[in-house]
Amino acid sequence: MTATADTIRETVPPEPGGRPAGRAVALRIGPASARFRWRSVVVPVVALVVVVLLGAVALGRGDYPIGVTDVLRTLAGAGEQSQRFIVLELRAPRVVVGVLVGLALGVAGALFQTFARNPLASPDILGITSGASVGAVVAIVVSGTSSAGAVLGGLGVPLAALAGALGAGLLLFLLAFRSGVDGYRLVLVGVAVSSIALAVVDWLLTRAAIYDAAAAYVWIVGSLNARTWDQAVPLALALAVLVPLALAAGRVLGVLQFGDDTARGLGVRLSAAQAAVVLVAVVLVAAAVSAAGPITFVALVVPQIAVRLAGGSRPPLLASGLIGAALVVVADLLTRTVLPQALPVGILTATVGAPYLLWLLVRGRRTTA
Amino acid sequence: MSVPSVTRAPAATPGTPVRPQRTARTRRRVLGLVALLVLVVVACAASVAIGTRPLGLGTVWTALTDRSLRTEEAVIIWDLRVPRTALGLMVGASLGVAGALMQGHTRNPLGDPGLLGVTAGASFAVVLAIALLGVTTPSGYVWFAFAGALAGTVAVYVLGAAGRGGATPVTLALAGSTLSALLYALVRAVLVSDTDSLDAFRFWVVGALAGRGADIAWQVLPFIVAGLVLALLNAPALDLLGMGEDVARGLGQRVWLARTVGLVAITLLAGAATAACGPIAFLGLVVPHAVRTFTGPAHRWLVPCSALAGAVLLLTADVVGRVIARPGEVQVGIVLALLGGPFFIALVRRRKTTTL
Repeated sequence: MTATADTIRETVPPEPGGRPAGRAVALRIGPASARFRWRSVVVPVVALVVVVLLGAVALGRGDYPIGVTDVLRTLAGAGEQSQRFIVLELRAPRVVVGVLVGLALGVAGALFQTFARNPLASPDILGITSGASVGAVVAIVVSGTSSAGAVLGGLGVPLAALAGALGAGLLLFLLAFRSGVDGYRLVLVGVAVSSIALAVVDWLLTRAAIYDAAAAYVWIVGSLNARTWDQAVPLALALAVLVPLALAAGRVLGVLQFGDDTARGLGVRLSAAQAAVVLVAVVLVAAAVSAAGPITFVALVVPQIAVRLAGGSRPPLLASGLIGAALVVVADLLTRTVLPQALPVGILTATVGAPYLLWLLVRGRRTTA
Repeated sequence: MSVPSVTRAPAATPGTPVRPQRTARTRRRVLGLVALLVLVVVACAASVAIGTRPLGLGTVWTALTDRSLRTEEAVIIWDLRVPRTALGLMVGASLGVAGALMQGHTRNPLGDPGLLGVTAGASFAVVLAIALLGVTTPSGYVWFAFAGALAGTVAVYVLGAAGRGGATPVTLALAGSTLSALLYALVRAVLVSDTDSLDAFRFWVVGALAGRGADIAWQVLPFIVAGLVLALLNAPALDLLGMGEDVARGLGQRVWLARTVGLVAITLLAGAATAACGPIAFLGLVVPHAVRTFTGPAHRWLVPCSALAGAVLLLTADVVGRVIARPGEVQVGIVLALLGGPFFIALVRRRKTTTL
């Protein structure tokens, strides 16, 4: 086989309604060829490096600081016993959960926003995280007082949240499904589901004893405190299945963007493809939320940051996931080190991410919706 | 990604020979308007007549007609139920109109007055008032909430307009949701670390008409009236803007003026409503979608009909909330979501929703 690789540079005109696409490179090996833009490759790679570096720093920081070299030695299997315990048992699960939750939320947010063709379509607006909140708040607040609450309380808060998120997601899917899932209808139904769920949460909070309400509120904000491998391992397994599925679905998404008729004409089995995209995104969010609570903002804004960094006409999935991971880890690191008082990570994700997106907005030439 | 593409039913423009269709649509709009007016009257009557304390219709009528009576029933009617009904009417109309304007200006079906930072700004100000100044009464919250709502909108507008492209609807929506996320994060930071504030805030955030007296209604009335007038003036311009800014400009519309008037109206209406009742999230979003099923996308019909429909919906939800949990009450914001949610889903599923 003769494999001659040559790269051809060409300048791609800006896509309609999109960011200037920048330099594109075509890679040809024999009959096979692929065309990609530099930025769409560079951004995920840089984000991955950032995540790894941040993870290493996060493993070392805390009440008992450990140098980066010691952290690396511990990870390689050497190091002192006490440091092994701190790094591998106390901090690693927390960092791993943070990375995975950010990854899941970023990818899911990009899926939803692309699918609905609306930058505001995030799992928070669509009601999936609100469903999780209902499950968790019921488990926390009414576990002693009613039979349904006792069942949920017995499951524990993470499983109750998982059940709530999957329930809301399934409800969303079933109600929005009518010979296919139209993005517009999905968003409108999602807003209704979300409003109902949030009303239930608010009502439960006004009825609860104040200390139960305070405990539930901490969960609603989203926290990485006291995570163990019990949360990290199931989440990792779930993402090992879901993220490849999401990336596979992402190829169909590009076609779906042209509109239903064009997609059908190009040979996409429309309702199957739509169902796959929505369900993968729902399960991603549910897995993330059950591990760390509804960390808001990541799924909403990270895809918008990613599309501004990587270019193109829609949020790139992998870059969104990696930037989401970086955001959650940074936010968690800040809560543990800089702030005088330990706040849940869900507060910091917005405080770190929002100004950055605003800066990108102010600086940006044109905006991609 | 782009904002959902605008597929517009062929509009009945003057001069085109589509007379029969046009009259049918006009008849439907007029019928809808009349029906809404009747419903407003019915909802007001129900709101005055029905309450936690059961009063006979005869008693209600004598108390209403004979102002010289100072019986206990008359006090309940005049001091509690009438102001509450008036406030519900005002707030419902404001939120309905604000939602219609917001969806029209952003051309986003998710357009909700909250997107402009109104609710987040108000929440932030109220939390600060609770945590730092120890304010804990609804009448104490009013001016803080209103100031916060105004400041939030101004900040969103400045940020959205600061980019080189100026304030496009998409930058506004993104700046609004981002700034809201930031403000809510700060609100949560206070609430997570201060249980006493959470205890007061959790009752404000559900959105309620209960416990709001005539004084609050009078305080927000001027802002709501001004907002409604501006909104009605803005409606024809929105129809032109719907054809695209370039076309609107070509037809002699001053685009920046129309946008500014619209934003001021949204801010006044949503800000005053939030100041009076706390955040009532769902109404502004749902009402325009429901009304559009019979008015179509024309804003000169959509805006007034949204006002009436918003008032009907809010009053109905409030009455239901008084009845279902006697002797207690369920707050109107909660009833609204629980009633309006399924209704809205049914609406979205049944019809092909009219796009913006």
